[in-house]
Amino acid sequence: MPDQPPAIEVTHLVKTYGGVTAVSDISFTVAQGEIVGFLGPNGAGKSTTMRILTGYLPATAGSVNICGASVAAEPDLIKRRIGYMPENNPLPEDMRVSEYLYFRGRLKEVPRRKLGPRIDEVLEVCDLKRVRHKIIGQLSKGYRQRVGIAEAILAEPPVIIMDEPTIGLDPHQILIVRDLIASLRGRMAVIISSHILPEIEMTCDRVLIINQGRVVASGTPADLRRDIFGQSTYQLEINGAPETLPAALADLDATFQVTEQTAPDATGFRRVTLTTRRDDDLGEELLRILAAKNLRVRALSRRQPTFEDVFLAATRRSWDAVAPLARDAQPATQPPTATP
Amino acid sequence: MKHFPTLLSHEIRMLLVSPATYVAATLFLAFMGLIFTKILEIYSGTPQEASPASVYFQLFWLPTCVMVPLLTMKCLAEERRLGTIETLLTTPVTTTEVVVAKFGAAYVLYLSLWGSTGGFFYILRKFSGDARVLDSGPLLGGFLFIAISGLFFIAIGVFASSLTRNQSVAAIISGVLLGLLILGGNALTDSAWIEHGLLRPAKAVIDYGHVFGHRDDFVRGVVDTRHVLFYVSGTVLALLFSILSVEVKLLHS
Repeated sequence: MPDQPPAIEVTHLVKTYGGVTAVSDISFTVAQGEIVGFLGPNGAGKSTTMRILTGYLPATAGSVNICGASVAAEPDLIKRRIGYMPENNPLPEDMRVSEYLYFRGRLKEVPRRKLGPRIDEVLEVCDLKRVRHKIIGQLSKGYRQRVGIAEAILAEPPVIIMDEPTIGLDPHQILIVRDLIASLRGRMAVIISSHILPEIEMTCDRVLIINQGRVVASGTPADLRRDIFGQSTYQLEINGAPETLPAALADLDATFQVTEQTAPDATGFRRVTLTTRRDDDLGEELLRILAAKNLRVRALSRRQPTFEDVFLAATRRSWDAVAPLARDAQPATQPPTATP
Repeated sequence: MKHFPTLLSHEIRMLLVSPATYVAATLFLAFMGLIFTKILEIYSGTPQEASPASVYFQLFWLPTCVMVPLLTMKCLAEERRLGTIETLLTTPVTTTEVVVAKFGAAYVLYLSLWGSTGGFFYILRKFSGDARVLDSGPLLGGFLFIAISGLFFIAIGVFASSLTRNQSVAAIISGVLLGLLILGGNALTDSAWIEHGLLRPAKAVIDYGHVFGHRDDFVRGVVDTRHVLFYVSGTVLALLFSILSVEVKLLHS
């Protein structure tokens, strides 16, 4: 579908509150049917950006288009194109689940005739059938979150925006919500913010990391690993003359480096950490070349940075870029700040 | 105003499941019942010139100053405290629809509570068997005054609720504003000092907004369009300020 506009198109978005810049020149797009994770530390500007996407908050500068329509120029149209679950998922305490969904369905202009079957469908999808007649205030956190998701997808909008949909859930409930979000892939564009990084990595096609109101990294989790770390790490336990190691590695790949080496243990094996710029798995070739150099190998593992490492490195990188500017701005009064 | 019926029915339902509504209704009916009983006691003791209906509406301000805050304190303050205003305003509804629906629901309840006190007069008529004790003119005029002034009083309550996230604070603001409007105007009208000097032009304005004077006119059967205009324009103004207050708070949320 090359002619279709992106589900979300954000261009040079800026939001300031009373002189404080919450969002600073953010640009990104989300394709139709794509699931995108929106990550960032607390106060990075995630919730503000999401609120601007829904039309709830006006932007200070820049533009946001939802399925080709401008949020600022056509707010009514935009509200018909989005399903939104805000942070902390506020719900009326004294309504029953089915009653609440009916009310929201009417507000979202779902035709009365279709609303009943659609409510049954979302109750089924979100596994809420057992609690459909219960008062929302009496539901557990997991059920409440699912009521929020059911409400967001009720009118089948092309864009779903969820601000921390899995906050406060236990691992089992997270799994259910994750499967639920994954089931929307291809049908609805979903943008979700979360602090549970493995969940984002498993659910999302692409990730956007923002910090201090700026996009600091964007891409698939694998792309981000490559972009941010740019190297693969191998850990070996070898026995033999360690001085032959650099030459042996250079034969395999010129970018190989020995970054860490321990003293030999009682059995003569030492632990060695190697890094290389090469992306592909060189484990088998390493084994072959080390054996050829008479180095006995007891263990070999390729260490992948976790997504948490990627997140921390991305947000630290942005801090490093911003901190010198801040220091320049306040040289006399600001004490030296440690890099987190 | 496409979503107004959906919002209105939802708001009425929410008021009917709120304990504050039943507290307000019980206090109101108990108080009005007490007043009515006292009136009957007085009338059964000595003959009076004024009809029981006109005396009945003399103390309208007391239940109004208590009941209106109780009915309206929750409407916008609670939505903002819980954050449900955010989910509400990201559906295709406007702030105006939300505010007017909340006003409408509180007003419907206010009217039905006052309307239910009409039962006191029905019972009196039924048991006395004398149609003269029920002077329909003051009765209808009194209820018409309640209906028209109620628009403004409820709108003030909605406005107070739009100013804060705290229901109790909203109730206090609403009570104070109603007290100033109803009793403050009365106190100023009765003051001699306001008729002198620079304040003399203000006297006309205060007289125009003299709620007790309006009540007396309505009960006498005089429906002055200036009084109606006062309450209707006050209602529109209070609702406009409520809408603005909600929108301004959204911008700074």
